[in-house]
Amino acid sequence: MPNNIAVDKQGRIKNRASMSDTNLLLTITILVFFALYAFAVFFLGGSFTKPQSFLNILNNNASLIVLSCGMSIVMITGGIDISVGAVTGLVCMCCAVYLEGHGGNLVTALLIGLGVGLAFGIVQGFLVAHLGIQPFIVSLAGMFFAKGMTTIVSKEPVRVTNESFLAIKNIRVTVPGLGAYNSKTGAYIPAYVEIGVLIALAVVVIMFIVLRWTKLGRSFYAVGGNNQSANMLGINVRRTKFLAHVLCGLLAGLGGILYFLHVGSGDVANGAGDEMNAIAASIIGGTLLTGGVGNILGTFFGVLSLNTIKRIVSSMGFDEAWWSNITVAAMICLFLVIQSVVLIRKNKKRV
Amino acid sequence: MQEGAVLELRGISKFFPGVKALQNVDFTLRAGEVHALMGENGAGKSTLIKCLTGVYPKDEGEIYMAGHDKPVTIRSPQDAQNIGISTVYQEITLCPNLTVAENMYIGRTKGNLTRWKRMNKGAGKILKDLGIPAAPGQQLSSCSIAVQQMVAIARAVDMDCKVLILDEPTSSLDESEVAKLFKLMRDLKARGVGIIFVTHFLDQVYEISDRITVLRDGQLVGEYVIEDMPRVQLVSKMLGKELGDISDIKKASDKAADMTSVPVLEAEQLASAAGIKPFDFSIHKGEVNGFTGLLGSGRSECVRAIFGADRVSGGTVKVNGKSVKIRKPLDAMKQGIGYLPEDRKLDGIIGDLSVRDNIILALQVMKGFFRPFSRAQAEAFADEYIKKLEIKTASSDTPINSLSGGNQQKCIVARWLLTDPVYLILDEPTRGIDVGTKTEIQKLVLELAGEGKSVTFISSETDEMLNTCSRLIVMRDRKVVGELKGEDLNQDMIMSTIAGGEAQ
Amino acid sequence: MTTETKTPVKKKSRSVGEVLKNMTRHQLFIPVAALVLLVLFNLIADPSFFAVSLKENSLGNPVLSGNIISVLDNASELVLLAIGMTLVTASSGGQDISVGAAMAIAGSVIIRLVCGGRVSVDTMQTSLILAVLAGIGVSMLFGAFNGVLVAYLKIQPMVATLILFTAGRSIAAWINNNQLPIVNDQVFKYAGTFIPGIPIPTPVFITILVILAFWLALKFTNLGLYTQSVGINANASRLNGLDPKMIKLLTYVILGACVAVAGFIRVSRSGSINYSRIAENIEMDAILAVALGGNALGGGKFNIYGSILGAYVIQFLTTTLFKYNVPSTALPAYKAVVIILLVVLSAPVVREKMSHIKKSSKRAKEVA
Repeated sequence: MPNNIAVDKQGRIKNRASMSDTNLLLTITILVFFALYAFAVFFLGGSFTKPQSFLNILNNNASLIVLSCGMSIVMITGGIDISVGAVTGLVCMCCAVYLEGHGGNLVTALLIGLGVGLAFGIVQGFLVAHLGIQPFIVSLAGMFFAKGMTTIVSKEPVRVTNESFLAIKNIRVTVPGLGAYNSKTGAYIPAYVEIGVLIALAVVVIMFIVLRWTKLGRSFYAVGGNNQSANMLGINVRRTKFLAHVLCGLLAGLGGILYFLHVGSGDVANGAGDEMNAIAASIIGGTLLTGGVGNILGTFFGVLSLNTIKRIVSSMGFDEAWWSNITVAAMICLFLVIQSVVLIRKNKKRV
Repeated sequence: MQEGAVLELRGISKFFPGVKALQNVDFTLRAGEVHALMGENGAGKSTLIKCLTGVYPKDEGEIYMAGHDKPVTIRSPQDAQNIGISTVYQEITLCPNLTVAENMYIGRTKGNLTRWKRMNKGAGKILKDLGIPAAPGQQLSSCSIAVQQMVAIARAVDMDCKVLILDEPTSSLDESEVAKLFKLMRDLKARGVGIIFVTHFLDQVYEISDRITVLRDGQLVGEYVIEDMPRVQLVSKMLGKELGDISDIKKASDKAADMTSVPVLEAEQLASAAGIKPFDFSIHKGEVNGFTGLLGSGRSECVRAIFGADRVSGGTVKVNGKSVKIRKPLDAMKQGIGYLPEDRKLDGIIGDLSVRDNIILALQVMKGFFRPFSRAQAEAFADEYIKKLEIKTASSDTPINSLSGGNQQKCIVARWLLTDPVYLILDEPTRGIDVGTKTEIQKLVLELAGEGKSVTFISSETDEMLNTCSRLIVMRDRKVVGELKGEDLNQDMIMSTIAGGEAQ
Repeated sequence: MTTETKTPVKKKSRSVGEVLKNMTRHQLFIPVAALVLLVLFNLIADPSFFAVSLKENSLGNPVLSGNIISVLDNASELVLLAIGMTLVTASSGGQDISVGAAMAIAGSVIIRLVCGGRVSVDTMQTSLILAVLAGIGVSMLFGAFNGVLVAYLKIQPMVATLILFTAGRSIAAWINNNQLPIVNDQVFKYAGTFIPGIPIPTPVFITILVILAFWLALKFTNLGLYTQSVGINANASRLNGLDPKMIKLLTYVILGACVAVAGFIRVSRSGSINYSRIAENIEMDAILAVALGGNALGGGKFNIYGSILGAYVIQFLTTTLFKYNVPSTALPAYKAVVIILLVVLSAPVVREKMSHIKKSSKRAKEVA
């Protein structure tokens, strides 16, 4: 019997020593973010010290946060969706044209936006889950379809002048206790966030809950971990994959609306490249490309890290546009290689 | 139903196109016993398990469960679980990225939310009860394979299973892990669970089982109580050979190879990443030898190590007395070694390519990237061997996929003959092919030896080994346990050596 | 004649059916059928589509012009990419989506060397051959980068090439310090336009040369056999002495070379480069060409000529759509529909269902 207890203890000790993959990667991500920001504050100072400049990262990336949440969910199930950026652009354009060109009302416009995203999610989900086509090919086609449709809807940029829209767009929610004094006039300027940020944060919280506590959320992980096993364990793999894509599509629609709220116009260039940013944020946030591992909180910090490093790179004097893309690619590459090496080593260990 | 039985299968048959996989098989499992299901490849063990768990629909027969008046119908693994039949497979069918507790509960709880606290508490209790050294909150992949297997069993136990099927659970476990698993099995037995244990390891069968049911060629050979069944008897039942019932096999006189010369290949303490115990091996010019042992005993891993197919982790190899390094298959090929792999589909044929390309592949690779054979030359090679080995194919342009198993195998043999090897390794060349081709291949082996080539021949059928080999290396549980030659080379000795332990 | 009339009608129709069946089974059926459909459509809609005339271009050289010539000319880059993409697909079972971005890099390297860092030059500062060779070298390096990620780190091809897809155009801009140099030297433009005295566009010749090179390579090396073996069964290939990783890497490097030549043609057409627009969306067309050519996107057996034909069909489609005033930015939408139709039709699930329907309809016929 004492022998048994010893083994039991061993098990527990082991448990304490080794974190789950998800938590390990999440911890790394959060540490990386704080390290980056601390680096920026100490060595670059300037605007990084102002609360508003931190909040502006949120203001500028509310849409990306939502897109990344959707991307992470699909990636956790072992898939990928590279159409989200183009869908964002399409949603912006549809909303703008409807509001401006057809004089539509705001609620319908928003519903159109969500509907477009949902439609992409349903079609792509069906092709991936039920016809077994590679998610990458499906969403690549989706991306090109959305890009093409955007220009079919309107080739010219559409600025929205709808008053009720502008009223919502310009809502500034001040954050109590944060603010800065203007260096010239000495006036106190309270720090603010846009309404989109609140929605994005709500999405993060909701998706975090979904992934952590709902059956559906756990099935995402199970399917990504090993879809044959998941099937054996009594999970409907096809339905789970389908729902992941639908959710991602819906969030892409919502992300499009937030983008629209932020820029206030429809433009062919809207959301361009955001699929890469979303993938990068997810990867940096600790989502494994092979599926099964990931955390929405990590993704949130992934977005923050990504944009912090972009700002660091630009404030270090590399302010040409291309550096931001190269930085993103380098970060994807770095984290991909880390993941791949970790995986290969893990597999070897198991053998 | 019989007294004390939890599960009875009566007259189960299963037909696949052209094959009778199971014919009228009966099987009875009693509460609180470990019942080993034994049989060589193709005996129908896994088909029986799959019929029982609803993976395949059975064609005939009935399944009775204790507590059900009528025969039960099982259409899916889910159905099987619902009536209390749980299966734990050789490969872990859990999700490595989830926690131990989640793996025990996912897919079978009610409600839309995961209640972590309750789940962890429940899991903790079961794990403690069963003495499984894992914490509920631990990620599954951080547990050893044995513990993962136990978690799968714990899940099954918690689903209130009356019948637990363990399908080769020990094949990837080491000795201490097997001991842990057995302890758990004994606990379950004491609780009255009936356990069906499928394995290839004889020692384990004798350690844990109460009864044995033997299948052969889809038919029931018999059910035996373990005490009444000596090992040698069991092996003979599995192989379908009665002791002393062996016709005198005449050895061709020209097979006597010169055993005093320098060996064509000599390996010392060779070991590979596939997990075999280091072994010594040698083969002489014109000799045919073989590895024998039950499936999973490590015979394939040995020859793979010689050919460099698995990562070699130790030992030395000499070819014609000279020390050589064989790290990858090409190294072996350059030494004149050919290897026909055990799994034709996975490792042998290049499916969509033509018969011609499949035949010339090895020689072509040895010749080099920039020196392809001309179409005419390749055609000539292919046609020569199609004729020589009587490969039945529409043309040399036909994709190898569309050939029958036997003809595919002949193509692979042709591939290696074309390289004019000094030493040819044939791992189960006769598996899954028709009888005519089997004898052709055996004849061919003898012919090759007559030409002065050395051959290592592996087959699950002892007859074939005795017909062809002049020396047999016997393996059990991944190590070499004996070598038979001359007088000793007969069924009885092979069986008793395979069985080990209480050999008479 | 007499014997033919004697044969029962039923038998004859069956043989016709069999001929049709064999035709539809042929790998090149889809691209050829698509081409025939496009040709027929244009013939009916407006036969003048096929008119070819000899006109003088801005330099006073007599050159051929017309839609057909423009199809042959404009398809050049796509054909080159399709060739490389076919090899990559065959060996690794995935596609390289960074080819457009990599073309920008190769073009940028060539322009940079030719301009020697200046914004506008009238005569080339570096020998053209050297510049092109450098472009090819750089592009092969990037190909090797992709190849290492795919073969050695075992990252899915499309995800691995995502990195270069994201960064490529920025790297291209960085190479030229984000300037947009212009080469006014007419010799530089020969490769992308016309060589004086020859009325056929030069890219057509370059394409033919490259196709010829691949024909020779497939004939005089084991490139075809090795890539197909590795793509179909990497395990078995390894046991036959091949090095699957090395071969996968090799195909990516070869694609790199194809990309560089395509990039050279593209910058040579205008003598300038626009980093974000050059060869935009061409990766989609290249993948489509491979699929259209009857090659499985999952890898294995390939037919390079199918992909080449596929590329011409796509350009034919593009030119036709242009003729009917479909804006170039909207093209991706149409092509996305085509690609989805193709992959849906070739999806195993759909194929199984279709063969099921065929069988049951056959059975119904037999019963009737």
